[in-house]
Amino acid sequence: MSQPLLKVDGLSLGFRGDGGFAHILDGVNVTIQPGEIMGLVGESGCGKTTLARAVLGVLPRNGLQIRGGAIRLRDIDMLSHEPAEVGRQNRVRGRKVTFIPQDPFTSLNPVLTIGEQIDDLMKWKSPLRDPDERSYWPTLLRPYPRAARKADREKVMETLDEVQLPQPAQILKKYPHEVSGGQRQRLMIAMALLPEPELIIADEPTTALDVTIQAQILGVLRKLASDRGVAVMLTTHDLGSAYEICDAITVMYAGQEVEAAPVGSFFNAPAHPYTAKLLASRPDAGGSMTGIPGELPNFYAPPAGCRFITRCDRATERCTIRPEPTRFAAGHVARCYHPLTAPESDRKEKRA
Amino acid sequence: MRRLEIILSRFVWFIPTLFGLLLVVFLIANVVPTDPARIIAGENATEAQLAILRAQLGLDEPIYVQFFIYVRDLLSGDMGRSLYTQREISDDLLRRLPATMELTLVSITLAILIGVPFGVISAIRANTWVDQTLRVISVSGLAVASFWFAIELQLFFSTRLGWMPLNGRIAGFGPERITGFLLIDSVITGDWASLRSAMWHLILPTLTLALPAAATLLRFTRAGVLEVINSNYVLYETAMGFPRALVVWKYVLRNALISTVTQIGLIFGTLFAGAVVVEAVFDWPGLGTYAVQSILQSDTKAILGFSILVGVVFIGINLLVDIVHTFIDPRMVK
Repeated sequence: MSQPLLKVDGLSLGFRGDGGFAHILDGVNVTIQPGEIMGLVGESGCGKTTLARAVLGVLPRNGLQIRGGAIRLRDIDMLSHEPAEVGRQNRVRGRKVTFIPQDPFTSLNPVLTIGEQIDDLMKWKSPLRDPDERSYWPTLLRPYPRAARKADREKVMETLDEVQLPQPAQILKKYPHEVSGGQRQRLMIAMALLPEPELIIADEPTTALDVTIQAQILGVLRKLASDRGVAVMLTTHDLGSAYEICDAITVMYAGQEVEAAPVGSFFNAPAHPYTAKLLASRPDAGGSMTGIPGELPNFYAPPAGCRFITRCDRATERCTIRPEPTRFAAGHVARCYHPLTAPESDRKEKRA
Repeated sequence: MRRLEIILSRFVWFIPTLFGLLLVVFLIANVVPTDPARIIAGENATEAQLAILRAQLGLDEPIYVQFFIYVRDLLSGDMGRSLYTQREISDDLLRRLPATMELTLVSITLAILIGVPFGVISAIRANTWVDQTLRVISVSGLAVASFWFAIELQLFFSTRLGWMPLNGRIAGFGPERITGFLLIDSVITGDWASLRSAMWHLILPTLTLALPAAATLLRFTRAGVLEVINSNYVLYETAMGFPRALVVWKYVLRNALISTVTQIGLIFGTLFAGAVVVEAVFDWPGLGTYAVQSILQSDTKAILGFSILVGVVFIGINLLVDIVHTFIDPRMVK
């Protein structure tokens, strides 16, 4: 397989708080290939948003401790504090990696027009210009040459059209509170696409929207991302929409990825008991509305072995030892000693 | 348009506010046990002479009639005459208004230039030594009595070092009077020597006035910035790689300024009050020295005139602040 675009490798981090150290992420592995739409699925509190913020470099700093692991975007170490590496991080941020936030209602600045905010984005992140372009102007006084602005504006209008925003010219003159939620999220998608990134981090982009609009927004995102070959990391707790638009799915549970698979084998041959229960609890799959019995383990003192041990009906003595990712098929791994399908190694042994 | 509606409704409020102010000030001035007739006539005047004088001044009417007459005269711009100088009070006040306005406007500008940037720095460096140092300075800036601080400044910079003029507004005759603002008049007439002198004389009084105001603005800006620095849009802009300086000084500050601007209007009131003290110390020929004189001489109508003028200016400034508000917070207009 080609070199992955994004590789989160054994990332462990947490926050020091009143109750001790909260283990938010515990050895997470996530891989995203170029152009791939990866759904990051899990219950609230499983660490999806923290992982998304870690990749974007906007983790809250209060009490943060990174205990191990790495995030690599191509060959850039996104967690490094080396000045040279930080420079490379800053150059890709907003250019190669962009962001679609969870809540379009509060993610645009309320006192500036939409046009002004898009202008600032393009002034600094336009794909039409070299990101390393030197300027002797201090940041706030940096000029935005007329020609550059004109070229950028053309691209903006084109992109706003592509996300199907009606009357883009008028919308640019408006303030965020003057446009609807669905339109704002279309704007956020347009802003994420404008710098022509390789990866878009979309953090539950539809949870704040009406159900009728959710499908439209995901449809727009799916179409534009695959048209342009942009990879997307889409965090969601909605398996149905993940199935509709993702190429691959990673399931997170209590700060770990428990299973990662291409969308086909994920739905047809889930390996991890948690995945199976998630799939069974979908209302549209005839599941009961009770969900999965039990609760997420305590962040301050998570189980040493399998994190799902407290809620799993297949758990044995062996599960108190931490399971490592096991390969089930091409691109399909899970952390489980008692999977629902046989791991690849077992099948090979049987054949031999 | 919605903005016009807001402005008009504020204007409508202007009238009852002013009337309330008038009533309160008039009552206070008349409750004070002084007898203007006796002050004018002197100690040796007979009762008969006093009665004639009271009738001339309208003081024999019941108080609500006096109030009515005062308001009627005021509406035609007549504030009455000073008991002492017999000059029109409105003329005196208007002649002195520019001196005080110049002092307070320069002070508020200085306070904004100091208070807002340091407030932002204090917030983005919250709870570090930078923030702590600024906190100590701003709290002491608020705690120091301005008359004491003014005198210390005079003693040090004027008497001891001889760098600054001790008092007054300008050396020499000054520029030809056009607006009454020395800085503006000397620029208009091209009188650069006067401009220098006027600026030089402004330094110590404006410092005295501006520092406590800057301290207040610093605290408010700091709080405002801290409120928005953790907002979703700052997270979004940071994640999208907007330069830090742009996020802080444009995106955050524009939001934080909303509460700071309201504060600027209110601070203007304290600046006017402070100007009374500062003008007395620096012998500044403005409204403050006039007010002090009038109070010492129990010149009721002059005090009344001063209070009303200051009230009008204060209400006017806050009206202006409300208008500015509709421009910096577009959510108000919708």
